[in-house]
Amino acid sequence: MDDEKQALLEELRAHVTSLLGSAVRSSGISAGELYIEVAADDIVRTLKFLRDDTNSLFKSLMDVCGVDFPEQENRFEINYNLLSYKHNQRIRVKVRTNEDTPVPSAGGIFPTASWFERECWDMYGVFFSDHADLRRLLTDYGFEGHPLRKDFPLTGYVEVRYDDEQRRVVYEPVKLTQSFRSFDFMSPWEGMTRQLPGDEKADASNE
Amino acid sequence: MAAEAEIKNLTLNFGPQHPAAHGVLRMVMEMDGEIVERVDPHIGLLHRGTEKLIEYKTYLQAIPYFDRLDYVAPMCQEHAFVLAAEKLLGIEASPRGQYMRVLFAEISRILNHLLNAPALALDVGAMTPMLWAFEEREKLMEFYERACGARLHAAYYRVGGVHQDIPVGMGDDILAWADQFPKFLDDMETMLNENRIFKQRTVDIGVVSAEDAMAWGFSGPMLRASGIAWDLRKAQPYDVYDRMDFDIPVGKNGDCYDRYLIRVAEMRESVKIIRQCIAEMPAGSVMSEDGKVAPPSRSDMKHSMEALIHHFKLYTEGFHVPEGETYTAVEAPKGEFGVYLVSDGTNKPYRCKIRAPGFAHLQAMDFMCKGHMLADSVAILGAMDVVFGEIDR
Repeated sequence: MDDEKQALLEELRAHVTSLLGSAVRSSGISAGELYIEVAADDIVRTLKFLRDDTNSLFKSLMDVCGVDFPEQENRFEINYNLLSYKHNQRIRVKVRTNEDTPVPSAGGIFPTASWFERECWDMYGVFFSDHADLRRLLTDYGFEGHPLRKDFPLTGYVEVRYDDEQRRVVYEPVKLTQSFRSFDFMSPWEGMTRQLPGDEKADASNE
Repeated sequence: MAAEAEIKNLTLNFGPQHPAAHGVLRMVMEMDGEIVERVDPHIGLLHRGTEKLIEYKTYLQAIPYFDRLDYVAPMCQEHAFVLAAEKLLGIEASPRGQYMRVLFAEISRILNHLLNAPALALDVGAMTPMLWAFEEREKLMEFYERACGARLHAAYYRVGGVHQDIPVGMGDDILAWADQFPKFLDDMETMLNENRIFKQRTVDIGVVSAEDAMAWGFSGPMLRASGIAWDLRKAQPYDVYDRMDFDIPVGKNGDCYDRYLIRVAEMRESVKIIRQCIAEMPAGSVMSEDGKVAPPSRSDMKHSMEALIHHFKLYTEGFHVPEGETYTAVEAPKGEFGVYLVSDGTNKPYRCKIRAPGFAHLQAMDFMCKGHMLADSVAILGAMDVVFGEIDR
């Protein structure tokens, strides 16, 4: 059963990568799920192809999800999770971008992309070009910053309270009675690299 | 003529403190008299930053957050998360644990539909079914309480199974409940199905074609009402759903009335699954035998040094999940509830995106309400089954 699934995924992967050609930068199957990575400029074309091609027919865009890898050059990864009812398959399309590079909006192909992209803009500050209505979605009116970025602190920057004298809710800088604690669970046995200066060959011989 | 030129559309603020808004929804509606021209839902009033918080918690500590998403059917959310973590870890829950999860997922489904179907009736003017349904919900929440100690925020599912076995005799009590429950459904259906007012308010309201339902990312009863026979429990079965014998009700017209009928029919199917679960449930442990994710028993800890160390490590540091990513979805009562989990090999998720079914449904509010009357928008919203815990996250 699992082999059969794996074979179907491989088949789909070969089909998609061959027809999309150079648009696919990389592809793979991890944890039994197929993903392809394309350039930001190719995303609309790719999604349209995946939706309309008779061998894929990914009719539903289930989710658009950003991930932040701040140490990488193109720090944001946008994942489009598609579902095909006809073939009972899922595929994930990945796009890499950074703060300054806009990603073309998928709203013209899947109307459902609109809110998912708004959320992504809200949480990560990824700009989607040609989006009809790119406002913040989940955060407060007048919120500043993009909270799911890794460099945004968990506690945020402002807190609110009701002020009795002004008779309204006021915003103040966040005050913590105890500083935020994050424990380092890296094991000294597993986490340490044993690389001593001049001993680089030790690892090579082990492999 | 001059007076006519001055007529302009009225902008109406619906919610956030409106009983028919099902929580904290604010909708800015542009009205042409009684006709809805445009709807702009403003969400996020219940945003708690769940996804950010989970990034700072171990996998075990993250589970209770999932109860607080869709608080009407808490355990189905946990199910998606533990399945995602198990997929990355490459482990499977113990057989009894899998049956236990399916059993409680179906109880959660009934809990959800028991709230939503009568809430729709309440929105369009029928109060009695709501009062009856809350009595039935209370009985089910007692089962929740006996299994895990909490009526609502269960935190019952674990990576590798469930937290503890159900008390002796509870299976019989659930069966006794399952015997009398269809009577309640009959009563409710007698009251609503052919009720003139109920039908006038829901039939042909908010019609969505199959093509539109797919394009807008609908799932669950919303999708099935439009005539697409799609259920993840059948199409991509998880845990022991492939061993269960049940049917998927599918609608024809894609209107609010079909959505209601599907939910009622699903409750009957869930009762079937519950019966099968209890009949077929094997004996044994409810947790996986893998000592790296499952805590040791209390008695072992008194005698075995290794068990004590494992216990300490599991509850302070937690287990490490190998690097990888997965999008794992379950058929929650409201639709496809997905968890996109990215692990970087540490004891905390690197990213945990929650895909809530209600989020996609609510987005289509503008498209579904256009041209309808103001009162119909309440019926459409009620049949959509929105809970803001999961939409705002």
